[in-house]
This record gives sequence, structure tokens and C-alpha cells, in this order.
Amino acid sequence: MKVITDLLAQLPFAAVEQKEKTYTVAVPKEKLREAATLLYSNSKLPFDFLIDIVGMDYGDALGAIYYLSATQFPSYLIALKTQTDDREHPQLDSVSDLWLSAGLYEREVHDFFGITFVNNPDMRRLFLRQDWNGYPLRKDYDASPERNPVPLCNEELNDMEDLPATEISIEGERLEKHRKLFEQEEYVVNFGPQHPATHGVLHLRVSLDGEMIKKVDPKFGYIHRGIEKMSESYTYPQILHLIDRMDYLSGTIHRHGMCLAVEKGLELDVPARVHYIRTIIDELTRIASHLLGWGCMAMDMGSITAFVYGMRDREKIMDIFEETCGGRLMANYSVIGGVMNDIHPNFRRKVKEFIPYMRKMLKEHHLLFTGNPIARDRMEGVGYLSKEQAIALGATGPTGRASGWSNDIRKIEPYAAYRQADFKEMLRSDGLTFDRYIIRLDEIEESLKIVEQLIDNIPGGAYAAKTKAIIKLPEGEYHQRVEGARGEFDVYICSKGDKYPYRVKFRSPCMTLVNTLKYISVGSKVADLIMLGGSLDYVVPCIDR
Amino acid sequence: MKFEDFKDNEYLEEYVNELRANGVNIVVTKLDDLINWGRSNSVWPLTFATSCCGIEFMCLGAARYDFARFGWEVTRNSPRQADVVFCCGTIVHKMAPVLKRLYDQMAEPKYVMAFGSCAISGGPFKKSYHTVMGVDKIIPVDVYIPGCPPRPDAMIYGMMQLARKIKMQEFFKLPKQPQPSCLCAPDPQLPEKEGGEQ
Repeated sequence: MKVITDLLAQLPFAAVEQKEKTYTVAVPKEKLREAATLLYSNSKLPFDFLIDIVGMDYGDALGAIYYLSATQFPSYLIALKTQTDDREHPQLDSVSDLWLSAGLYEREVHDFFGITFVNNPDMRRLFLRQDWNGYPLRKDYDASPERNPVPLCNEELNDMEDLPATEISIEGERLEKHRKLFEQEEYVVNFGPQHPATHGVLHLRVSLDGEMIKKVDPKFGYIHRGIEKMSESYTYPQILHLIDRMDYLSGTIHRHGMCLAVEKGLELDVPARVHYIRTIIDELTRIASHLLGWGCMAMDMGSITAFVYGMRDREKIMDIFEETCGGRLMANYSVIGGVMNDIHPNFRRKVKEFIPYMRKMLKEHHLLFTGNPIARDRMEGVGYLSKEQAIALGATGPTGRASGWSNDIRKIEPYAAYRQADFKEMLRSDGLTFDRYIIRLDEIEESLKIVEQLIDNIPGGAYAAKTKAIIKLPEGEYHQRVEGARGEFDVYICSKGDKYPYRVKFRSPCMTLVNTLKYISVGSKVADLIMLGGSLDYVVPCIDR
Repeated sequence: MKFEDFKDNEYLEEYVNELRANGVNIVVTKLDDLINWGRSNSVWPLTFATSCCGIEFMCLGAARYDFARFGWEVTRNSPRQADVVFCCGTIVHKMAPVLKRLYDQMAEPKYVMAFGSCAISGGPFKKSYHTVMGVDKIIPVDVYIPGCPPRPDAMIYGMMQLARKIKMQEFFKLPKQPQPSCLCAPDPQLPEKEGGEQ
């Protein structure tokens, strides 16, 4: 695209490479700030959405890849690459003052690779304990259990809340600073990690002024299972099983994304039947996920009846999954080149029965909860997220769409059979808790529409393409975006032509959602914190990976 | 596994009957039976889930599987009120001390059920640098329920096994806890209290 090539021409030091809609821009580390500032703040096409930062260990150098997108032309991507040769004290310049979401991503890269981001005010470890030895995603990491035994006592809060930062003064002097997260006299409440309303094991430290929230500090890592590191020693079909267990509520969709990325690399011709089946299963997963999200949010606000109703309707989908895929929650259905088995003979009939049933029940859900004056009073006017904030934070999915940010990957970059279906991208403009609540119910209706259009038109043919027994991905980098139930899920694979990937990175949509909670909860009452969390509908194992 | 073998799980009761046939106080045993009948039908679980198995645990609590039928539905959010911890999901290094503390906060008698392969042995995350290879490395486990995740039906089966275990406990004849020596022997340096009988 001409606008982008013109823009990149302003960076004479950059090595630009184009592959389809992705521009790979490699810059030396001294010029990273300059390139990032130009891309972020030019007037023609500002790249205002930082999708993800991928940390890399190239063997002799450490580096980072910044995936950027512009909300004006969301289907084009820029991969801004940089690296440093210093493995002892690797340093890169921080971009956390440009993109709000970068602060958290940089902490993640620091945790896994030990790269210090200069001028990022908070360089704590994100997932692992502060006393962890080594940086696990480096290639020379020593994983012996003696180095990091199972700890017997909890981490000291003082260690967890001491923010180290490296700054470089105007004279070029390097300063190591330490700052406390909370003041001595602040009233700080622990929320989690064991709490039924955190939707997993999330730990929030909440500073209060009376009943008002002053500051929220999320702490992750209580379910960090090291999936990315494990993936480096697993073959591609094996990795698929780990993905299902990351965000278990939209596992099928995420697995689909990984399959698409590998198929892209193999240049595999996937039968049309597979695309249709995968799309239908994805949409059913989305409905199941939103039903659970709806039920849990209602339960967080005290309505247990709604939870029981949501789970009741979800069981119908679980029945369909069980027949066709063989599993209830973990469908394990998509494989590279196709799906595990052909659809069950009852599949069509059951799905067709489900659609009118769900429509009828949606009315009931609206009657039960949406129309309830107590629920309305609690949801309206609370937790405002503006569109600009949503983009800066990278809050994709229903949360961003409730603020008016059009970010549906199914529309931006249609994959599988989404081109064949006629559906609307649900958008609202207010960005309040009620919008985030209602948009999920609206999306259930759109998903039903997609399923209805596709179910009768599943083409015949094979349910899987033939692949080699051992799948080796050609050397290169592959990136695939899919629309999960909670937002954009990205798979990044770096292959060296082996049967194992060199590096795999997943963009977790939920991490940015918890970061969003940090911003939208300030100023609301502490009782609303739980409801706000419910309205964002994050899944913690997806954050921790 | 054959279906007949699956049904053959009454060895615990047979074992207890054999023990009791060899001369145990009848009155006390009957009282034990009554108490244990009550206890095994009103077990209060702790709402504790770290990952995927937690969703199946939620299904277990919802309408279709409904563990209220067995009196297990009073899920407690505080470990101090809970009888059993359903350990749903992977336990990692950072979570291990938290789980240990939760377990320590529970009042006796307390039970632990390991749900799913992660809680049993680390499961699919066996190769990870950050996973604890089974909760029994940190706390004692009473019942193991395999599956990834186990179906709610399997969870009910596991619950029934725990109920059996509870039923065979001897409430009145709990083995005496070994007393720390400093409490048993009076310290000669301290003056004896008045009315030192107590």
C-alpha cells in the first residue's frame, strides 16, 4: 500500500520487506525510538494499535518484534524488529509512553528474556516470582529443578511491590531507580489469588479511599504453565493440545488459529468442507463462551438464577460437541489440514434444533436479567472505556466493540468460511458496563445467524487434507490472527525448518483486558470491581499461558 | 477396564466390616455410623479452581449434574468453613504456597480431591519448568479423579468414593495426637499454679 511505503521511506536506516499484507521493518536498536515515534504519531496513517511484543532469542542476540496495526487499515501489519548483541545486560528503549499496552508487554519480555527496557517505570517480573533464577525462554536456560525448587512460602509483598526502573538522563548517565508502588499510608486490600469472583487465580492489589478505588495492581503468574517454552520441544500436532488448555472457553477458536498458521506455512490446500465445519464449531464455541460469561457476570452481581440458566443452555452445545468431537470442554477438534473426525450424522439435526431453542432462550435471558431494574441500575453509568483508550490499551473483542472500535478479525481479515456468511459486526458507542454486557448477547444472535447460513451448505468431500506423517514447517516466520471469544488471538511461529518450532508466541486477548480493568475501575466503588471484571470476561490461564 | 471391575469398589466397606467384627465397642460404632452418615451427606467444598477443570466443576454445580442431590452444594469461599478442597487444575510454583496455606487454614477433618491429570501428576504440562508435578507433592490427597478435564459424571463418582471414605472413619476413636513433651512434663522452674489440678 502506497501510504505505508511512503511512510517507511522516511526511515532510511530500516530494512523493509513485504510479504502479503505484512511489512517487516528491521531497525538498529538505537533507532527504535525514532521509528516507533514516527509510526505512532504521523498524521497520515498512525499505527495506534500495538498488537503484541514478541521477545526473541536468536542465539547470539536477543531481540523484540513489535506487531503494529493502524485502526484505519486494520488488515495491514507492521512487524518492527530490533535486536541487541549484549546478552549480559541487554537493553532496549521503552515505548510504554507511546502505547499504553506496551508497559505490560515489555514486562513480559523482561520476565522471559531478561531484556531491560530503559525508561519503563515498572520493570518487575510479570509471571514468575521476583526471586526466580534465570530467564526461561532464553535458549541457554538451565531448567533443572534444583535451580528453582517449589517454593514453600509466599512471596513477600514488599518484594512484589518494589518497582525497579532504569533511566537514562539527558547527559547520557544511566540511573537505577527503585520506587514503591503504594505509599506507606495507603489502605491496600488483597483481592485473590483465591477468590471465587476473579475468574481464575488472579491477584489484584487494590488501594482504597473509603469505598473508592484509587489504584489497582494486577499480579499474574499463579497459573503460568510455560506453554511457550514447552512448545519449542513439541511437534506441531502436539502443540495443538496445549492451546486448547490455554483459554479453555474459546479453545477451539484458538486451536483453529494455530492450525491456520501451520497450514499457511505448509501452503496446504484445505478442503472447503473443513472450513465450513470449523466455522460452525467456532461459532458454537463463541455462543457457549458468551453464555458462560453472561452467567458468571450475573452471578458476580448476585443473581445465581441467571448462572444456572446460562449453564443449562450451554449444556446443549456441550452435547453437540460430545457427539462430534468426543469431548465436552476440550473439543480437540481441529488438526493440521482438517478436523479430527467427520461430523456426526446427528450434527445437522441437533444444531438446527438448537438455533430456535437458543433464540427463544435469549428472549428469556433478556426478560430475566437485562430488564431487571436492579441489574440495570448497577450496570449503567459505571466503568467507562473510551474508544481511544480501548485502542491504546489494545482491548480487542467485545470490550473494544462496546466502545465503538471496529476490530472484528472475522470482518477485517476473513478466514475459514466467514466470507460465505452474511453477518454484522456488533458495535456500540457508549463503552459502559451495560454495553459490554449487552454486546455479548447480541453477538450470540449474530453467531446463530452464521451457523444457520452455513449448516445447510456444508460441501461434501474429505474432512481432512493429507499431510506428511512428520510435519516440518519451512524456514520463516508465520503470523495468524483469529477472533477469539474475548478478542484478537494471534499466533506467531518462527521456524528453522525443523519439526519443532524455534519460537511460538500467542497473543493473549485477556492480558490487555485485565490491564483495562486497571484503568476503568479507578474512581468506582470497590463492590463494582467484581462486576467490572465480569463485564470484561477474562480467562486467567489465557493470560498466564 | 471392564464394567464389572468398575462396579467392584466396595472393598472399603468390606475392610471396615472385617475390622469391626473383631470386637469394637457397639455403642460407639453406632454413634460413629450416625455421625459419619451426616458428615458424608453434607460435605462443603471450597470454591477453588485454577484452570479448565474449574469449568467442569461449575457444570457440576449447575442444573444438569447438580451435586446438591448429594448435599455437596454449599460451596464455601472461605477455607475455614470448608471440609474438602476440590483441587481443579494445574498447580504451579507460584501457586503452591497459596494452596498450602489454604489447606492449613481448613479445620479438621479435611479432605483433598485431585481433579484432572494436572492435579494428579502435572498432566500435559509435565515438561514445564513452572509446574508442580501433582498436588500430592504439597498436600495429602484422598481421591484422584483422572481426566483432562474429568467429566462431571466422573467427578460425582469421585465424590462418592470420598463419601465412602468418610463413612468408615472412627470419630470417637481417633488416634491420640502425640503430645509435645513441654506440655506433658511440668517445667520445674515455673512455680506451680494454685489449684494445679487443672
